[in-house]
Amino acid sequence: MNLQPTIGLEIHVQLDTRTKMFCACELSFGEPPNTRTCPVCLGLPGALPVLNAQSIHFGLMIGHALGCELAPQSIFHRKNYFYPDLPKGFQISQYDAPLCRGGSLGDVRIDRVHLEEDAAKLNHVGVSGRIHGAGSSIVDFNRGGTPLVEVVTEPDLHDAEEARVWLALLAATMRQLGVSDVRMAEGSLRCDANVSLAPAGSGELGVKTELKNMNSFSFVKRGIEAEIARQRALLESGAEVVQQTLHFDPRSGNLTSLRSKEEAHDYRYFPEPDLVPIAIDEEMVQRAREAVGELPATRIARYEHLGLSAEHAHQFAFRPALGSFFEAVLSAADGASPRELATWTAHVAAALGERDPDASALEPAALAALVALVGAGRVAAGPARTVVLARLLSQGGDPARIVEQEGVGALDDDAGLADAVAAAIAEHPDAAERLRAGNAKAIGPIVGHVMRATKGRADGGEVTRLVHERLGL
Amino acid sequence: MSAPPRTATEAVEAIRAGQLSARELWLACQAAATDDELNAFTWVADADDGPNEEAAALPFAGIPLAVKDLFCTEGIPSQAGSRILRDYRPPYTATVVRQLLDAGASLLAKTNQDEFAMGSSNENSAYGAVLNPHDRGRVPGGSSGGSAAAVAAGIVPWALGTDTGGSIRQPAALCGIVGLKPTYGACSRYGMIAFASSLDQAGPLTRSVADAALLFSKMVGRDPCDSTSLAFPEAIELPRSERLDGLRFGVPDELTGEGVETGVRAAFEASVALVEQLGASVERCQLPHAPHALAAYYLIAPAECSSNLARFDGVRYGLRVDSQDGSLEEMYSRTRAEGFGAEVKRRVMLGTYALSSGYYDAYYGRAQRVRTKIAEDFRAAFERFDFILTPTSPTAAFELGARTSDPLAMYLSDFCTVPMSLAGIPAISIPNGASGGLPVGLQVVGPAFSEPRLLDAAHALELAHADRVKTIALPSPLRFEGNENGAAGARE
Repeated sequence: MNLQPTIGLEIHVQLDTRTKMFCACELSFGEPPNTRTCPVCLGLPGALPVLNAQSIHFGLMIGHALGCELAPQSIFHRKNYFYPDLPKGFQISQYDAPLCRGGSLGDVRIDRVHLEEDAAKLNHVGVSGRIHGAGSSIVDFNRGGTPLVEVVTEPDLHDAEEARVWLALLAATMRQLGVSDVRMAEGSLRCDANVSLAPAGSGELGVKTELKNMNSFSFVKRGIEAEIARQRALLESGAEVVQQTLHFDPRSGNLTSLRSKEEAHDYRYFPEPDLVPIAIDEEMVQRAREAVGELPATRIARYEHLGLSAEHAHQFAFRPALGSFFEAVLSAADGASPRELATWTAHVAAALGERDPDASALEPAALAALVALVGAGRVAAGPARTVVLARLLSQGGDPARIVEQEGVGALDDDAGLADAVAAAIAEHPDAAERLRAGNAKAIGPIVGHVMRATKGRADGGEVTRLVHERLGL
Repeated sequence: MSAPPRTATEAVEAIRAGQLSARELWLACQAAATDDELNAFTWVADADDGPNEEAAALPFAGIPLAVKDLFCTEGIPSQAGSRILRDYRPPYTATVVRQLLDAGASLLAKTNQDEFAMGSSNENSAYGAVLNPHDRGRVPGGSSGGSAAAVAAGIVPWALGTDTGGSIRQPAALCGIVGLKPTYGACSRYGMIAFASSLDQAGPLTRSVADAALLFSKMVGRDPCDSTSLAFPEAIELPRSERLDGLRFGVPDELTGEGVETGVRAAFEASVALVEQLGASVERCQLPHAPHALAAYYLIAPAECSSNLARFDGVRYGLRVDSQDGSLEEMYSRTRAEGFGAEVKRRVMLGTYALSSGYYDAYYGRAQRVRTKIAEDFRAAFERFDFILTPTSPTAAFELGARTSDPLAMYLSDFCTVPMSLAGIPAISIPNGASGGLPVGLQVVGPAFSEPRLLDAAHALELAHADRVKTIALPSPLRFEGNENGAAGARE
C-alpha cells in the first residue's frame, strides 16, 4: 500500500510588542518570577483586559506578508478550560472571527491567522517534568498574557523535511517583519502538527493525530517522521489510527498520548464580553502594509530569477544581513555574473560563520573587485579565496594591491610557466603517454604538478593549453 | 445638631454651612454600622479612619459611603458575598470607588450581598441573610440587599450597588429608597468582581433622587481600564424639575399586567395618574419580546458567570481545599464545591451547559437574538415616548425563606427589571408608597445615556410623591452624642 502523509501546521509565535496583550506589563525576558504581573494578567477578581494596539498592527503586518484577507471587523472569544497556567480559567483567543483568513506562504496555503494571549509558565518539581507525577508545580506569570499570533495552515505538506523547511521560511518571515525574534529554544515559536496518512491518489485524508508543542525545527521534523512511521506501521498491519493528541519527547523519540478524541476539551467558546469588537479601518491596513518590507519568499524568487542556486537564494533570503551584502556586491560589480558573486558571498559567509559581513573589514566593492580579478585571470580562484579574501576580511584594503603584496598574481604564458609545464611532463611520462593515446583524464597529475610548483598561481585553462601544445595535441 | 440630615445632599450642605462636621457624621454612622442588627455589613471601618480636614473641602465633604462587597477595595476584604473569597483583600481599588473617594467620600463599610450578585433576596450570601429594616421578617431584596437596607435604615447616607438584572432597583424598591441602574458603559466595571460582564453596572442607592444624581455625577466616565466604558456625553447636574409638562410616558402591557400583586398595581396606577397630573401624557404600549427577557437573561447571565467564576480555582487566592488523592482536578472540585453556594453552583452549571458544544446555538445563540429583539422593542418605543413606566418589582418584600426552595419564583422578582438590563438602558426605581405597609417601587426607564432627563423626571415624581413616601420613612439611628456634651465643637 502506497500511503501518502498529509501534514498541516499550527504555529504560535510570541510577538515582540512592548507590553502584554491585555495589560500594561512589559514583556518579560528572564526577569525573576512573577515580577512582570498586575491584577489583569494575574486574573485577579474584577480586573478587565484592554487590547494592545501594537499587537493588532503586528497581526495585520503578518496578514499582509502572508497575503491574507484582513477582516474589517474581528472579535475575541473566550476559550474556557481549567489549568494552573491560565489564571482566569479561560484564554482570550479568537474563534470564528479571526483577524486574517486565507493567504499562502510558498506552496502552502494559510487557513487563518489570529491573535491570543500566552499562558503562564509552569515549572513542575519532580522527576517527570510534567504535571502528572510532579510533587508540586510552580507558576511564573511573567509570560502570562504575552501576545501570540497563531498561524494555521491548510494540510498542504507531505513530508517531514518539507514541513521543517517551510517552518524555517515562516520563522524567517516573522523575523524579517520585525514582529518576533523567533527564538525557538526560548519558546517564542511553538509548532503543533496534524498528521494523517491515506492511500496516494485516493484524494481522501486519513484519521489525523495532533503533535503538540514542538519547539525546534529539528524536533518538528523528527516528531512528524516518528508519527508518520507509527501510523504507517498501524495501517500496514491492518489496524486503525485513533484520533488523539500526542506529545513527542525529543530525548527518547517517543510519542505519548495526551488525550483521546473522547477526552478532548469542550472549550465553550463565546464572545469575550469584556472587549469591544476590533474595527479595522483603511488607515490601519495602510500603516501595516507600509511596515512590511521585502519578505524571504519574495527574495528567494528574485534571487533565483537572477540565476542563483536554490541553496544560495535561501541562504541570503533567510539571513537578511547576508542578502543585503550580496546585493551591495552585485551593485558594485561590473559585468560579473550574479551567480559568481553569490558563490563568493557564500565563501564570505563560510569564513565568517555566525558573524555578519558588516562586522568584518570587507567592503562589498572590494569583493566585487576581487571577483573581477579572478574573472580576468589576474589571480587564480584558490589563492584569491585563501589568501586575498582572508586578508580583506581581517584588514580590508584593495584586492589588486594584496595580490601584488602577497605575490599570488597569476602566471601568464611566460617562460616560467612553460618551463614548469615541461618539467611536469618530464616527471610524469606515463601520464603524458596515456594523454597522447587519447585518455583526457590523464592530464590530471601533470596539471597538479604545475599547480604545486606555482603555488596555485597558474591559470588552470592556460596550463592545459600549454600541456597540449607541448605534446603536439 | 437638631436633626440628622435626611439625605446625602443635606449632609454635604450642613457640613459646608458649618452646622455639622464630617467627623461627627462619620462617628455617628460608624457607631450605627457597628451596632447594625440587619446584617447589612461585611466590614466596617474603624472609628479612627474617618475623613480628615482636606476631605471636607471636596465635593462630597467627607461624608460616609457604603460599598457593596464585590467592589475591590485595596487592603479591605472584598468577598463578593462568597465563602471562596473569605477575607480576600485585593491589591487595588475599583475605578468607581476610587473616583468617589477622590471626590471626598469616606469609605465606611462594605455591604452584604447575594453571593457574586446572584439572587433577589440577599439570602444567598455566605455571610448570612440581610433583614429588611421595614420588617425584619422579610428580605431586603437583592443582590445589593446590604446597601439598600443600610441606606433605608439611615445608617449611611448613601451606598454603591451593582445591577445585573435588577440588583439595585429591586432592593431599592423593597426597602423604599432610590436606586439607579445606569446605561451599560456609563460607569467603569474595573474592579467590580464580575457576575455577567455584558450586564453588570455600578449604580447609586440613595434616599433621594438628588443624591442619586450627585453620586452618579462622580461615577461616570471612560476608564482606560474598561474597554466597554464610554465618556458620558454631558455633565450630570442636580435634578430640579417639578413638572413633567409635554413629556410622553409609555406603559407596557407586558410588564404591568399578570403577576403584579394587587397592592403594587394599585400603587402603580396611582403614580400613572400622578404623571398625568404633572402635565405628561401616558399611553399604553407594547414591548412584545419583554416576556422572554427572563428566559434569555437566565441563559446569558449564567453563561458569562460560568466563565467569569472559573478563576476561583484555589490556585492563587481565596479558599483552597486540598485534594486527598493529590490530583489537581480534585483540588479544583473540592475548592469549588466548598467555596460556592447552591445558587452560584446552579448558575455555573446552567451556563456551562448553555455554552457546550452542540447546545450553544440553541441556548446562548438564541438568547442573544432575543436580547437584540428586546433592545429593538425599546428603540421602537422610544420613538414614541420619552420614558417608560413600570412597577420595579411585581411584589413588595417577601418573607425570609419564602422563595429559597423555588428558584423560578425567586427569578420572577426580576420580571420587570431584566428587560432594561438586556437592552443596556438606564432605569431608576423611586419609592412609590406602600402595599400592606411595605415599600413599593416605581421604575422609570429611558433610552441610553438619558440619565440627566431620567433623573429630572424622577425628581418631579419624587416631589409629587412626597406625602405617600413619608408614610414609609424610618427614624434615623444616628446619634450625635459628641454634640450633646459639647465635645465635638467644630460647628460651634
